[in-house]
Amino acid sequence: MGGIQVGNLCHNVGSAARTMMDTMDAIRNILADQFWFSIVLGLVVFGGIQGAVAYAILLERKISAWTQDRYGPNRVGPYGILQPIADGLKFFLKEDIIPANVDKALFIFAPWMIFVVALVGFAVIPWGGSFKWGWMEATAKPMVVQVASVDIGLLYIVAVSSLSVYGVVLGGWASNNKYSFYGAIRAAAQMLSYEVPMGMCLMAAILMTGSLRLEEMVDWQARHGWAVMYHPIAALVLFITALAEANRMPFDLAESEQELIGGYHTEYSALKLALFFLAEYSHMITSSAMMICIFFGGYLVPGWEWLNTTPTFGAALVRVAVFAFKIFLFICLYMLIRWTIPRFRFDQLMRLAWKGLVPMTMTLVAAQGLVLYMGWSQWTTTAVNIGVFLFGGFVSVAGGKAVTGRQLSLRRAEAMG
Amino acid sequence: MTAKPDWKQTDIIHVDQPELSMTERMYLPQIFGGMKTTLRHMFKKKLRDETVVQYPEQKRQLRKEIYRGVHRLNRDDQGRVACVACFMCETACPAHCIHIEGAESPWPDREKYPIKFDIDELRCIYCGMCEEACPVDAIELTPEYHLVGGSREEMIFDKEKLLNIFDRTKDEKPRKNPNITGY
Repeated sequence: MGGIQVGNLCHNVGSAARTMMDTMDAIRNILADQFWFSIVLGLVVFGGIQGAVAYAILLERKISAWTQDRYGPNRVGPYGILQPIADGLKFFLKEDIIPANVDKALFIFAPWMIFVVALVGFAVIPWGGSFKWGWMEATAKPMVVQVASVDIGLLYIVAVSSLSVYGVVLGGWASNNKYSFYGAIRAAAQMLSYEVPMGMCLMAAILMTGSLRLEEMVDWQARHGWAVMYHPIAALVLFITALAEANRMPFDLAESEQELIGGYHTEYSALKLALFFLAEYSHMITSSAMMICIFFGGYLVPGWEWLNTTPTFGAALVRVAVFAFKIFLFICLYMLIRWTIPRFRFDQLMRLAWKGLVPMTMTLVAAQGLVLYMGWSQWTTTAVNIGVFLFGGFVSVAGGKAVTGRQLSLRRAEAMG
Repeated sequence: MTAKPDWKQTDIIHVDQPELSMTERMYLPQIFGGMKTTLRHMFKKKLRDETVVQYPEQKRQLRKEIYRGVHRLNRDDQGRVACVACFMCETACPAHCIHIEGAESPWPDREKYPIKFDIDELRCIYCGMCEEACPVDAIELTPEYHLVGGSREEMIFDKEKLLNIFDRTKDEKPRKNPNITGY
């Protein structure tokens, strides 16, 4: 009697263990399949970005406080680390006002549009190179820590991030408010203008690395060193345009509080306003990630062979951490700039783009093309970069007016008339 | 005939913008200079600790004799309300927050006294004009600024409340001239 029971028990335990083994195998198979892995990664990245954005807002408040000799939020949790939760709750609990005379459909659609557009850009960012699970065969194709490895990765990011201007314009237009509308118009003009030098910078990078895939650009930098060494000015201009694209401080004319109340989001409240903020900060993270991939070596650290080449999951995690740390540094830089530099005037903004950045970056693209065609050393472009910068400064000094200076000719005309 | 202007063309002084230097034209050195300042302040923890007042735990050092907080209605040396219901403060008040009802005084040294004296502390702009207008120094502003209430009605301070504030604050800020009585 007892023997039978023990036997049954043993049988049950055995089958349970077998089922568990089967499940483990199934999970392993799923994780070893790039499609399912990408879906899992996508969800992880989505959640991670949301958390990162919440804490980026806390970081911004802290940095703004520190630069002004204040403490910043320090009441909710130790050092205020629970502040993002309180902020989020507040946004949820506020009354969501839709003013009477707005275009209701567009008014509701605009924040979601800008939010979605800001998030899909993450799909092509290579977070941590490639790796193999311990149980995978040596011949198997390595897993890529990237949601979608597409041929036109960089083009995709540029296309998607330019779409965010639609959210701003729709929001401003639908609000049926002069200030919102001014903000939207400014945002549209500004974003379109700064796309041009941004595209030029990217073109120089694409010509140099010979690829539109961000992961291949990172690989190129593993062989040749960080691209910022060959194109320092292009990297700088890309950073400036990224500031302008994200509507960050020296270029935040779309929401300049002193003139336009809140700019395009004047009429928004509660969750819709939160979406605009989420989009702005997500955009900052995407553009930082893009810049890091193109010019600052992605997840690589020069001279750390183990990190750069090991194909294990642990190493991939460390690479992701390195990448996240670089993004963190960029975000800190963004914020430091916001609390340092005053806003441009609109004519100065346009002048900087069209008379300053566009000619400079065009020269860089031409120089990069020439270097490729003639087969010169890549270091030639470094010299060209420095030369272009110095020449720009020289022209500005010799011409007697700064690129963003006041239009002296206007006053001369007044005096003559 | 046009009137001759009383200024000459030579009186006009054209003020030119100061010339930008080489580094100012190139922006970047200036931007880095600015960022240096910002960074320096970011890591000045000592300065923060000295300047920031953590409000509910720490309180500001006020100059009690001039701070303009909530009002009080002074009592004279016999504990009577010092106000003589002359309506000067009500007239001077730019926010129209004072409402007085006067009556014949039961005391021989003055003609009138207020049977009602209301100040709407929510309308008040704390300018201190009532204090200046008062001929008998009966109304004064105190260094108290913790002014809280659950409703608008609660924030209309009546005579009793204002006299209580005097009892509470007379040690902190004594009445300017305690000898004035009649008017």
